[in-house]
Amino acid sequence: MNYLMRRLATFPLVLLGVSILVFVAIRMVPGDSITAMLGTEAGLLTPAQRDSLAAYFGIDQPWFIQYWRWIGGILHGNLGISVTYGRPVLDVIIERFPLTLELAVLSMIIALAVGMPAGIFAATHNEKLSDLGVRIVAMIGQSTPSFVLGLLIIYTLSAGFGVLPAMGEFAPLWQDPLRNLSQMILPAITLGFAFAASVTRISRSSMLDVLSDDYVRTARSKGASARSVIWRHALPNALIPVVTLSGIEFGYLLGGAVIVEQIYALPGLGRMVLDAIQQRDYALVQGSVLFIAFNFMIVNLLVDLAYVALDPRIRLGES
Amino acid sequence: MRMLRAIFSHGSGRIGGVIVGVYLLVAVLGMLGLTPHNPITQFRVDRLHAPNSAYWMGTDLFGRDVASRLMAGIGQSFTVAFFSVAFATLAGTVLGLAAAWLGRRWDGVVMRIMDVLLAFPAILLALLIVTVAGPGTWTSIVAIGIVYTPIFTRVVRGPALSLKAREFVDAARTFGSSSSYIVTRHLLLNLVAPLTVQVTLALAWSLLTEAGLSFLGLGTQPPAASLGLMLSDSRNLMETAPWLMIFPGLAIMISILGFNLLGDALRDILDPKMRRAPA
Repeated sequence: MNYLMRRLATFPLVLLGVSILVFVAIRMVPGDSITAMLGTEAGLLTPAQRDSLAAYFGIDQPWFIQYWRWIGGILHGNLGISVTYGRPVLDVIIERFPLTLELAVLSMIIALAVGMPAGIFAATHNEKLSDLGVRIVAMIGQSTPSFVLGLLIIYTLSAGFGVLPAMGEFAPLWQDPLRNLSQMILPAITLGFAFAASVTRISRSSMLDVLSDDYVRTARSKGASARSVIWRHALPNALIPVVTLSGIEFGYLLGGAVIVEQIYALPGLGRMVLDAIQQRDYALVQGSVLFIAFNFMIVNLLVDLAYVALDPRIRLGES
Repeated sequence: MRMLRAIFSHGSGRIGGVIVGVYLLVAVLGMLGLTPHNPITQFRVDRLHAPNSAYWMGTDLFGRDVASRLMAGIGQSFTVAFFSVAFATLAGTVLGLAAAWLGRRWDGVVMRIMDVLLAFPAILLALLIVTVAGPGTWTSIVAIGIVYTPIFTRVVRGPALSLKAREFVDAARTFGSSSSYIVTRHLLLNLVAPLTVQVTLALAWSLLTEAGLSFLGLGTQPPAASLGLMLSDSRNLMETAPWLMIFPGLAIMISILGFNLLGDALRDILDPKMRRAPA
């Protein structure tokens, strides 16, 4: 409980740091957001129109007042107004986040469903040909960037089967689940492949570690079946590193998979931030980066708490 | 020499070592301009030629030789990867040692700053830095270097803290050794092993991040060649000229594979605890 409180106490400090960093960084991008928003039409604005637009978006004030107002707004649940969308930043984020969350969840499901059995299989067939095969595939998987795999998948589908991934307008899961899944499955496989490779490698090595522990040997000598040794005795302890890895990876995926979203033309959080940076949409960049950082910290905290649930011997925060 | 022998007697070390060695050679040739053709010369009559004896990997939409561009691109990617990892290693080591040695307030401040950087997804942080400074080789180096600095800081700080509490450090203090002597001779030398493993693995991530930035148009700028850029350019020509995608894609993948294999081997060699369960 103490640990939880101490970790939670660091949240505001880290978020404050993130807020300062992103606030300063985005303002150092050359150009201004009104020109970025209106393009060549910005030249048609009279100085008074430009001033009133700047006032509307709150970018007419000195930087410290802008920062102060932004922080004050956050405390009231107001992340500002996006210059690009002309809507509250929180609304834009809430609109994009479900896709990112769904993509992260699907990738994790693929990674765990493939990676864990493969890792356990390799560990129980240690040093055999099948183990070597799994290790080679996992190593290749871990070394394949998502954008290489994504393009390869699209190429194979179009050249080999004459079909293209379902792109076009994105269908949210709750509106058209079938169309949604047909749009999401390939991006999820693209992201899940390298993730599955990492899960395979970590499951295998942690399973091998656990299988050589004394308590597993004791269970075997007491006549426990191979299945029971693996599932009941070894697996729960071998899971801890898998949980860590999956949690961290999931936390990163919640920040949006910029490149995969770009390849498959998905309107996720990552692509939105990329566009917002290029559009100098200060409020949207600031709000979404803060949101992503907050999610990442929460996921990391949950991962730490999951250790305790999996292994009660671990006491977090004790040296 | 002993290290090289150890690497080459390790299964994945051997493969990784050979891959990295070949890439280094190609990178040097690419940087020196010793390519079959000039990578930016446009042979307009030979546009989109499939691989043949004159153009081993075919030509692109502008009639540029893909093999030459690939060599130049590997040179470019490796330059960014090496300098950015050197940046991150130096910055991370100095910060990690300072945090561990000076302790208390310094430790708190440095590690909170690292927490802030770690809370950003790597590619987003790199994107933000590149957009601020404008795309280019040096910007990519600094951006990727900053992204990986927190990881090196953590890798150094943890073991440095435990080394600081060891008897030989107390003994050195008792003999009147200066702080800088203890930090460089006793702490840093003992950190070479974990740092070596981390550097090798970071080179793989760095290649990946550089390719990702270039793929998004924020890394190396045309007409210069870069693997990520070549791959991005291949997207609209995938069906008519698949070689434009296959060669750079394989080049990125195999280079990362090489560093991953080498990193794994080094971890096995330098960290005996890991030997029990090579993954």
